[in-house]
Formats: sequence, C-alpha cells, structure tokens
Amino acid sequence: MASKVLHAIYRDDDLLIQAVKQIREARYHIGEIYCPFPVHGLDKAMGLAPTRIAITSFLYGLVGLAVSIAMMNFIMIDDWPQDIGGKPSFSFFQNMPAFVPIMFELTVFFAAHLMVITFYMRSKLWPFKKAENPDVRTTDDVFLMEVDATNHDVDDLTKFLYDTGASEIKLIDNK
Amino acid sequence: MYTLSSKLKLTAIIFMIVGAIGLIYGFIAAPENVEEVKEMMASGHHGDEHGAVESSEINVEQLPGEGIAEEHVQEETHAAGDASHAEEAGHDDEHYEHVLHQLQNKPWSALYVAAFFFFMISLGVLAFYAIQYAAQAGWSPVLFRVMEAITAYLLPGGIIVFVILMLSGFHINHLFIWMDPEVVAHDEIIQAKTSYLNVPFFLIRAAIYLGGWILFRHLLRKNSLKMDEATDNTYFKKNFKLAAGFLVFFIVTESMMSWDWIMSLDPHWFSTLFGWFVFASLFVSGITTIAIISIYLKSRGYLEFVNDSHIHDLAKFMFGISIFWTYLWFSQFMLIWYSNIPEEVVYFITRMEDYPVLFWGMLVTNFIFPVLLLMNSDYKRVNWFVIMTGIVILCGHYLNVFVLVMPATVGESWFIGIPEISAVLLFAGLFLFVVFNSLTKAPLLVKGNPFIKESKHYHY
Repeated sequence: MASKVLHAIYRDDDLLIQAVKQIREARYHIGEIYCPFPVHGLDKAMGLAPTRIAITSFLYGLVGLAVSIAMMNFIMIDDWPQDIGGKPSFSFFQNMPAFVPIMFELTVFFAAHLMVITFYMRSKLWPFKKAENPDVRTTDDVFLMEVDATNHDVDDLTKFLYDTGASEIKLIDNK
Repeated sequence: MYTLSSKLKLTAIIFMIVGAIGLIYGFIAAPENVEEVKEMMASGHHGDEHGAVESSEINVEQLPGEGIAEEHVQEETHAAGDASHAEEAGHDDEHYEHVLHQLQNKPWSALYVAAFFFFMISLGVLAFYAIQYAAQAGWSPVLFRVMEAITAYLLPGGIIVFVILMLSGFHINHLFIWMDPEVVAHDEIIQAKTSYLNVPFFLIRAAIYLGGWILFRHLLRKNSLKMDEATDNTYFKKNFKLAAGFLVFFIVTESMMSWDWIMSLDPHWFSTLFGWFVFASLFVSGITTIAIISIYLKSRGYLEFVNDSHIHDLAKFMFGISIFWTYLWFSQFMLIWYSNIPEEVVYFITRMEDYPVLFWGMLVTNFIFPVLLLMNSDYKRVNWFVIMTGIVILCGHYLNVFVLVMPATVGESWFIGIPEISAVLLFAGLFLFVVFNSLTKAPLLVKGNPFIKESKHYHY
C-alpha cells in the first residue's frame, strides 16, 4: 500500500518542540524526527516511552557478578585450592576480599559492554549500515520531522505544518 | 519564616531529659573498683550488664601478662572460693582490672561516640555547603538555609566535643590511653609519638580545628544573611572565596582531626587513608541529614521551591557518597587484610572478633541498602524512600563511629545498652533543638544569591 509522508523542516529546536506539541494536540502522527544534536525534552514532547536500557544494564551487572563469583570459586576454591602466600582458600568467603577487585571489574565490564551492545542492536547500528538520512542538512543545522499523511488531506496538513513554523515542506510518496 | 512547632520543641526536650537521665544512670552504674566488677560478673545476668557477662568469656591468654608471678600468690586467697577460676587466679586479677577499665570507659565512650556523631553531621553539612558555593552549584541555593541551620550545631556540638577531650586530657576518663603517663612510661611505641601525642598540643590542635570551622561557619552565615538585603554580588563573591578557603582549611584539619580524635584511640596503629574514610562518613551523614530535614520541612509546607528534583539530587549524593565510603572502607580493610602484617592487622582482628555483627552489618546498612534502594531514578523521588534509606544510613554511620571508637576504649565489654542509647537521645534532642531553632532565625529562602532563580526552576 502506498503511504504518503510529509517532511517538514524546522530551523530551530524551540520551534520544533512547539510544533511537536501542536501536532500531537491536533492528533497527527509523527513518524520520525531527525536532529543534528539531542534536543532536551523532545522525547517527552513526542510522548516516547522511557528507555529501559538502565534496567538491562543492572541485570547484565548481576550476570557479571555471578560469572566472576562462579569463576573464582571454581578456580581458586574448588578445583585447585593451593596455599598461595598463606591466603585462606578453604572457602569462598574466607578469601573473598582478594576477589572483590575482580568481582567489581567484571560487574562493570558486563554492565557496560552488554548495555552498549544492546543499544547498538536495539537502534540497529553497525559498521556497514546504510545511513538512513532523508536530508543531509539534518546532520548539520536543520531539524526534519516526518508526519504521516496517509489518511489526511495533504493540503490541510501542509497548511497546518506551515503554521507551526516549518520552513520547508516536502511530500514523499513511498510506493 | 519558620516557626518552631511546640511539638518538636517538646520532643527535643524530652529526648534531652531522657538521654541525660539515662547517661547519668550509665555513669552511676559503672563499677568503681575491681570488687564491684566481680560482683557484677557473679550476679550479672540481667539487662544492661550484659556486656560484662560477655567479657568474662574473653581469652585470658591474650591479656598482657607482666608481673603475674607476684600477684599469683596474693590472688590465690582472693579467688579461693571460686573453684573454676582458681587456676587462673593470677590472670584473673589482671583480667578484672582490665574489665574494670573497660566498664568505666563505657559511659564515657557512649558520650563521646554520640557527641562526635552529631558534631560530624553538622561538619559534613558545612563541607557540603562550602562545596555548593565554591562549585557555584545552580540547584542547591533553595536548600542553603536548611544547610546553614544544620551547621548551627557546630558551635554547641564543637564545644561539647572539646570539653570531653579536655576531660580526657585532665585524666577524668581514660578514653585515650596515650594520655596516661603510666601507660606511656612502659610503652616505647607511644613514647616515640609523644612529640605529636601530648595533651597540650592535642588540645591546642583541637581548638584550632574547632575555632577555624566555627569561624568559617559564622562568616559564611553572616554573609548569607547580608546577601538577603544586598543589591549586588559582593557578599556572594565574599562567600565564594570564603568557601574555597574553608575547603582548603577543612581538608587539612579534617584529616588531622581524624588522627587526633579517633585514630589516636589506638595509638599503636595507623592508616594513611583514615582521614578520607572519616570524611566520607561525615559527608554522607551530613547530606542524608540535609535530605531528611528538607523533606520534613517540605512536608510541613515550608520549602515552596524545593521540588522532587532537588530531593533526587540529594538522594544521588547519598547514593554516590555511600559507595565512596564503602570504597574507602574496603580499600583500608583489604590492604591490611591482604598483607596481614601483625602490627596493623590487629586493628581489624579485634573488630572482627569482638564486633562481628556491627563490623559486617555496617556494610549492609551503609552500602547494600542504599545501593539497592537508591539506584532507581524513580525511587530517588519518592520521599518516604529517601527518608527510610536516610535513617538506615544514619544508623549505619553511627555504628561506623561506634566501631571506630569502642574497640579501643571498651574492647569486648561493649554493648548497645542504656548509656549508649541515652547518649544518642541526648545529642539527638540537642541537635534537633539547635537546628530547628536556628531555622526560625532567618527566612527559609535565600535572596540575592545569583543562582537562586535557576535553583527555583531546577528540574532534572
């Protein structure tokens, strides 16, 4: 099915936020917004769901902690409990202070790296990915908003977007 | 303007009276001589003397055993009736002597721990306040009057701590063993340190620290009040410079204070990061107190401009500094545990053997609890969560001071009983009274601070 979207370009982030609020009030659907830099409060204005990446990071940290504990407990206590410089290798807790630096580092390592990888996967980023950029200027100084026009009157919507302060409006026909 | 509610005033006064009575009881109940200790240990299986009972279980072999042979003969007759102890009679006398000193120290240590704990809260708040000025923080000016009020306790609290130190210096109590000329006469390690650890110099140093802190606090507060009427930024600039100067003075004196007032309780032991460790403890207690009092005042409708974001920031500080405290605690513990050098590690061995619950429990209250409860950004905005965590953190840091001080003064005779709780009540009452009384002295919102507008609209 053919879909139609309007690309509205804004030159100022304050204007953009205002436009987003007006468009949402008028119950038009915003597809994407392309910005050259993070616009503070844009996600709230768009009504995007908060990210859950911090929660994944916490869980990854727990995994890292578990891995470090299991690893050192097996190697140092279970498998070959040698007397190394008089350290008490009878049980994990007796020798725990010596393991804490590694437990800490592995927790951070897992939490950080797995979270970053999660971020890449969820936002579909990888080295040879084709850039999805509707207008090269959006990486420099303009803001581009994609508004769904499929079930709306294009002229009305164009007029509306113009009133919200868009400096350029383009109709894109996705065949 | 804040008006002190009569309920709060009454609570504070009741706390003080109950605390004072309990503490006086603690001093009366402390044994006067060896005979009383023996009596207490023979009959004592009730309530407050629990500590004394525990102490009878200590390993007598560990006690210093000079001149045993001589006393052995004397003591044989003394303990003749006590069949089970007859063989260890010589040790016994020394043992009772030892326990007597510990029990006599108990109410004094309880007083000292509580006095220092509440003093360190207001000192931590002053450090935080100065950092806010020096860093030109934009979020915190709406909380400045709360911080100033908490630092008002610096003067009475500092005087009380100083008086206790003076009483130690005049041999009214035996908190600091290096102050006892007899101990020093037989102790070469302390003798080598007498150029630093001697009573006059000790008291002069204490006076310098306290005088400096109180002076800085006085000037910062004075300028802050003048800023309310000021038309330009002169007083802000003055306070900025004062705060920066205070922070330099503070970090030096705080470090030395921790050597003097706490580390010298164990004059055979030293640790290089001790000053930072004590700093972390006082800093996090101070920030927690700011958060708790701010939330209380806000709930009473006095802090119009304090919003969830301010509380969120304070909770973040509580969270971060709790971890910082744990980091320093562990760094100190692990380095000593790992190398296991006898003259250093004895410090932790006494704590792990005689205070196991407190020593490890502290990690739960001061680290695991705040980390798990304050990690979530939403929880940092839930006021009762912050209050609850704050109370646990404060209790944890009281225990921290307890474990810093008590093993050196009362050793294995410790117990959290009437004198300890009473001392906390006494100082908690005084603290509440002074702080909330100071809140009534000035409007709760500063004026003329160049960052006040930003702070009012602060949103995270």
